[in-house]
Amino acid sequence: MGNLDLSFFNWSLIGPFVWKGFLFSIWLTIVATIGGILLGTVLALMRLSGKTWLAMPATAYVNTMRSIPLVMVLLWFFLLIPFAIGRPLGAEMSAIITFIAFEAAYFSEIVRAGIQSIPRGQIFAGQALGMTYGQNMQLVILPQAFRNMLPVFLTQTIILFQDTSLVYAIGAYDMLKGFETAGKNLGRPVEAYLLAAVIYFVMCFALSQAVRKLQEKIQIIR
Amino acid sequence: MAWEWQIFCKETTSGEIISGCFGTGGDQTYLNWILSAWAWTLTVAFGALALALVMGLLMGTLRTLPNSPWLVRLGTAWTELFRNIPLLVQIFLWYFVVPAIFPVLKNLPSVILVIVALGFFTSARVSEQVRSGIQTLPRGQRYAAMAVGFTTPQTYRYVLLPMALRIVIPPLTSESMNIIKNSSVAFAVSIAELTFFARQSGEETSQPVQMYLAVTVLYAISAFAVNRVMGYIERKTAVPGFVAAGGMGAGH
Repeated sequence: MGNLDLSFFNWSLIGPFVWKGFLFSIWLTIVATIGGILLGTVLALMRLSGKTWLAMPATAYVNTMRSIPLVMVLLWFFLLIPFAIGRPLGAEMSAIITFIAFEAAYFSEIVRAGIQSIPRGQIFAGQALGMTYGQNMQLVILPQAFRNMLPVFLTQTIILFQDTSLVYAIGAYDMLKGFETAGKNLGRPVEAYLLAAVIYFVMCFALSQAVRKLQEKIQIIR
Repeated sequence: MAWEWQIFCKETTSGEIISGCFGTGGDQTYLNWILSAWAWTLTVAFGALALALVMGLLMGTLRTLPNSPWLVRLGTAWTELFRNIPLLVQIFLWYFVVPAIFPVLKNLPSVILVIVALGFFTSARVSEQVRSGIQTLPRGQRYAAMAVGFTTPQTYRYVLLPMALRIVIPPLTSESMNIIKNSSVAFAVSIAELTFFARQSGEETSQPVQMYLAVTVLYAISAFAVNRVMGYIERKTAVPGFVAAGGMGAGH
């Protein structure tokens, strides 16, 4: 390990490069999680609606997204969005749209499993009280389903956060890019990648431990 | 954007269209190139899958050992380490950082380093599946093995692992499909696999749509083929009556 220069690990040196990327990684994670859950819930409700003209396109969308590597989806969207809206879009904006569209497919599977885990009697009870489909979903099914799904959502969010590093493919400036740029500009690429790995590990490990705690708590209540 | 599929018959440097679409001698068409890229994707994916299964099985088993807290800790540390660092960062670690620390590794072909990176990354997920597979077995199985005087290795070899491995086939199927998709990250260190091909050829020909489409279809075909093979293995190895009785096949 003699040739590693640890004096590189100095925030005042690398901070200017990394901070901007760090903020984008976090922002992308939050926006893609919220957007993915909203769109994913719509997709799940379409698939569970029992109406073929709603279920079929949703199923096709989810299966397509899940059979393509995220990197390819990023490349596709980066290529096609400018055609669709008629003007070029920055890599960062393109990444946000891609992540929402891509993660929605994965979140919709979680939501679907969550809704299906609610006993049928709950739906019948809601119907017996004279609730409409919308009221039944909003007041009876989804609140319970989302509570059950919370740990899985958070686990998926950790995976999502790790995946944000893949915006490398279209050149968006995220945390990894920040470390890479710092490493290149300061002539210490090896140390930069090492430090990036440590930071990602600490964040993901802390988050996954927190999810584990939450899971235990929810299990006791249940 | 014209839909011109002849592009795949073009020679990659001269741009001439070659009849028969396959270049001869030193010539290479885009069709030649995409097929070799597909071969690279499969090489990386299956190499990594083999490594992931071996390491994942080992580490997952270690985590369930009775009376060996340090081996349990080793298995857990392995899993947490390789699960909590993004794959792209791990590939950079193996490609840039590890050879800098151990100069001996500088002579290795870079594809080996990528296979190790993807293999270890996936081994953490496999280890998690194997551990939970072993732990879902009824406790009585372990006790029964102890009661007939099996040693710990015998207990695992003859009682626990044969059932646990069948249980983990469905989750391993999705991991095997994931590994094909995840092999795309190898583009970042210039392995000439499908995603790398898509980026390069899309830029060279200015017809990225055809290139992306072809690559996307090849990924889908590969993942689907893996799915079928795993389904076949699952049916062949099924213990008659077990799945139906326990409903173990579900949940995937």
